[in-house]
Amino acid sequence: MGAGTPIRVETRAGQNGPTPATSGAKIEAMHVDFFYGKTQALYDVSLAADTSRVTALIGPSGCGKSTFLRLINRMNDLIPGIRLEGSVLLDGEDIYASSVDVVDLRRRVGMVFQRSNPFPKSIYDNVAYGPRIHGVRDRRTLDGIVESTLERAALWGEVKDRLDSSALALSGGQQQRLCIARALAVEPEVLLMDEPASALDPLATAKIEELIHELKEHYTIIIVTHNMQQAARVSDMTAYFYLGHLIEFGPTVQIFTNPERQETEDYITGRFG
Amino acid sequence: MAGVLPEAARIARATGAARSERVIARSRLSRLAERIVEGGVFLSAWIAILVIFLIFVFIGREALPLLWDTPQPGLEAEAVTLDRLVGPTYYSDRPPAYVWQPVSTVPKYNLVPLVVGTLKATVVAVLFAAPLAILAAIFSSEFAPRWLREIIKPTIELLAGLPSVVLGFFALMVLASWLQDLLGLTFRLNALNAGIALGLAVIPIIFTVSEDALTAVPNSYREASYALGANQWETASRIVVPAAVPGMFAGVVLGFGRAVGETMVVLMASGNAAITSWNFVEPVRTLSATIAAELGEVVFGSPHYRVLFLIGILLFAFTFVVNLSGELYVRRLKERLEGRTAG
Amino acid sequence: MRRLGSQPIGLFFIALSALAALSVVLILAIILGQIVHEGWGGITWAFLSSAPDKGMRGGGVWPALFGTFALVILMTIAVVPLGVLTAIYLFEYARPDSRLARAVNVAVANLAGVPAIVFGLFGLGFFVNFVGRNIDRLLYGGELAYGQPAILWASLTLALLTLPVVIVTTGEALRAVPMVAREASLALGATKWQTILKVVLPQCTSGILTGAILAVSRGAGEVAPIMFTGAAYFLPSLPTRLNHQFMELGYHIYVLTTQSPNVEETKPILYSTVLVLLLLTFALNAAAIVIRARFRASVRTA
Repeated sequence: MGAGTPIRVETRAGQNGPTPATSGAKIEAMHVDFFYGKTQALYDVSLAADTSRVTALIGPSGCGKSTFLRLINRMNDLIPGIRLEGSVLLDGEDIYASSVDVVDLRRRVGMVFQRSNPFPKSIYDNVAYGPRIHGVRDRRTLDGIVESTLERAALWGEVKDRLDSSALALSGGQQQRLCIARALAVEPEVLLMDEPASALDPLATAKIEELIHELKEHYTIIIVTHNMQQAARVSDMTAYFYLGHLIEFGPTVQIFTNPERQETEDYITGRFG
Repeated sequence: MAGVLPEAARIARATGAARSERVIARSRLSRLAERIVEGGVFLSAWIAILVIFLIFVFIGREALPLLWDTPQPGLEAEAVTLDRLVGPTYYSDRPPAYVWQPVSTVPKYNLVPLVVGTLKATVVAVLFAAPLAILAAIFSSEFAPRWLREIIKPTIELLAGLPSVVLGFFALMVLASWLQDLLGLTFRLNALNAGIALGLAVIPIIFTVSEDALTAVPNSYREASYALGANQWETASRIVVPAAVPGMFAGVVLGFGRAVGETMVVLMASGNAAITSWNFVEPVRTLSATIAAELGEVVFGSPHYRVLFLIGILLFAFTFVVNLSGELYVRRLKERLEGRTAG
Repeated sequence: MRRLGSQPIGLFFIALSALAALSVVLILAIILGQIVHEGWGGITWAFLSSAPDKGMRGGGVWPALFGTFALVILMTIAVVPLGVLTAIYLFEYARPDSRLARAVNVAVANLAGVPAIVFGLFGLGFFVNFVGRNIDRLLYGGELAYGQPAILWASLTLALLTLPVVIVTTGEALRAVPMVAREASLALGATKWQTILKVVLPQCTSGILTGAILAVSRGAGEVAPIMFTGAAYFLPSLPTRLNHQFMELGYHIYVLTTQSPNVEETKPILYSTVLVLLLLTFALNAAAIVIRARFRASVRTA
């Protein structure tokens, strides 16, 4: 397991050549083909995600949404034998270029996982972990970061009196909001959320969705969800994945009321999947 | 059971196949045999428990008479009493000392030199083995590429498979001379020599338990750490190792227990002199080695014989407690780690 | 915010831990290397097949080899059935909440941690002095036959010492048999024991074999349990009856190393004897690993 394990990367325009014309969006994927060893998992996927907008990735399970999401913060690097063709750009720069510092990339592109995974530490130490490893030592600064991120994650009121208690004692919904706060503490620009509410009850889910709505102002949020109603509620743009192919990508309203592709309509209306 | 397969029985009769009828009828008898075998299974289960109990009883049986044996008149000096076991011997011409000297005109059965000797050897062993084993386990679990791991783990298994008599042999023939030349020691066989060899015997168990503790840390923690921009070293040192510390500690405790009970290594490598001192380059005598060295020459039933069995009971009780607490601790840790992350 | 100093520290500790791992490998290599280097030359067919000679300064290890083999064969006969039956109880019959099962597990775990010398004391106090004496009283009219160190008692003592190994390995093998196999058998009307005998155990043979081999490997190397229960330094003849004493490789090494009057003269013999014991132990462990690996491969392709 290593952060930054070398993988083979080929871009259409050559390794260090000029990047293809971009739309200027925060995150842009261009003609991405992705392979696990011999198996191809993503076929020619191109889409863009931007700030002040939530982009949802929907589709039946196993069709590549999470794989695609993990490309954006290069978490797939942890798996041996993977290969990527095409490019993934952050602010117009290829994140798979050999000059890129993966560790810094992951600071800029944060991730919240499907099952909340707080560290076996106190609430305070969970949130402070990120800033600490990136060099913040001063106690008052950390206090401030902890408070502001927990506030933004709508958790501060519930935990402000027990910051030193174990994070594992929180409820599922609280733990997930803690993980969101933890991710926010390193000041990312992009927030990737992999089915963040799938393990939560409806009340906790509603809180998370409300949070996403508040956060999208300042972050580029890309969320994977298998819950179509959630995608409809929460997102501005939706991408429908099926078997590794991006079938359709467009404004959420359009995808859900008047999709261009028949396959999309079939999925939305529940004819399968 | 004979009536269970009526169709088969009918066909058997119709075709005149006498053998299959016997098979169908045989199953009634096998019910009884089955009961007997199952009884055997339950009996075997009890044997493990019984053995632990018997060990305690039969070793204690040989030692217990110490409590109530009244010495023959004139031989009071030979009697073994509690303060003889732990209190110093008072000489008329020398300062009082703790002496284990069972074979002498006035036998002395003081256990203190033996306990001190055991402590010296095992402390050296743990100080030598624990850092090596724990660091090696961290390397193997967190940093080593797969091919290197495939070399380290079999090495540890091989080391674990070395008979202790071979380790003692090596310590006596080779290690002792090296140490003596390296450090200019007076005594070739001493606590340091025995301790290092003992440490070698104990490395595998500390390594294995520590490695288990490290791999038991859920991967989701590592992922969360990487996703926040931490590198391998930070993730290992701030998240994984701290979570595994209790398990590593249990490993060291188990290693310590193993070192206390180990006999052959110290028997061959420590010089076997019951000296009470805190000098680590003098010979020592441990509790277990004392039993092994002297049991062959005692008179059956003599106080000396009984004291040796008493030492045996002490060793058994000690390792029983250490192992029990080590096991319980590791089990509770596993439950806690699994219970928490299941939510 | 960027961390500056942590990179070199990180590399330093990674290097330190790598050094630790390397040291362990190195130490083992040195030990094995030394023994092979000094002992290899002395291993000849004559060495393996003849008795010690010239007061242990010459000759071979045949009686010790024979004694070791006889010892572990007797031990295996005792420990395998007992261990397998106990494992069957734990994994096939015990209810999950059974207090007996938990007590057995605790007992087995503790048995695994009992020092070898305590087993030796137990062998002396129980087998030799209690069982042996009583056998003498009942069957031999008080004459000394079994109430003394004997290969029978030594092998039973070793059987108790290696019992946990057999139980744990057999248990793993039992657990590896999928539940559906048992259910299919029971659904056909077979009894529980029939299922175990005809369906479960046949799939466990390599696991049980592995356990037996590991037990033998452990038993062949332990000296403390047999020191007072039957091993002897020099015997004029090989053991032919259960109440005979025997020579044994490990014990021979111990006595030769610590009580030989002239270590220089016996050094070559000593190293060769140690090498023989090591080769025996490693061959057994290697066999167990190979069996385990082939079993795992066959399960995966099944």
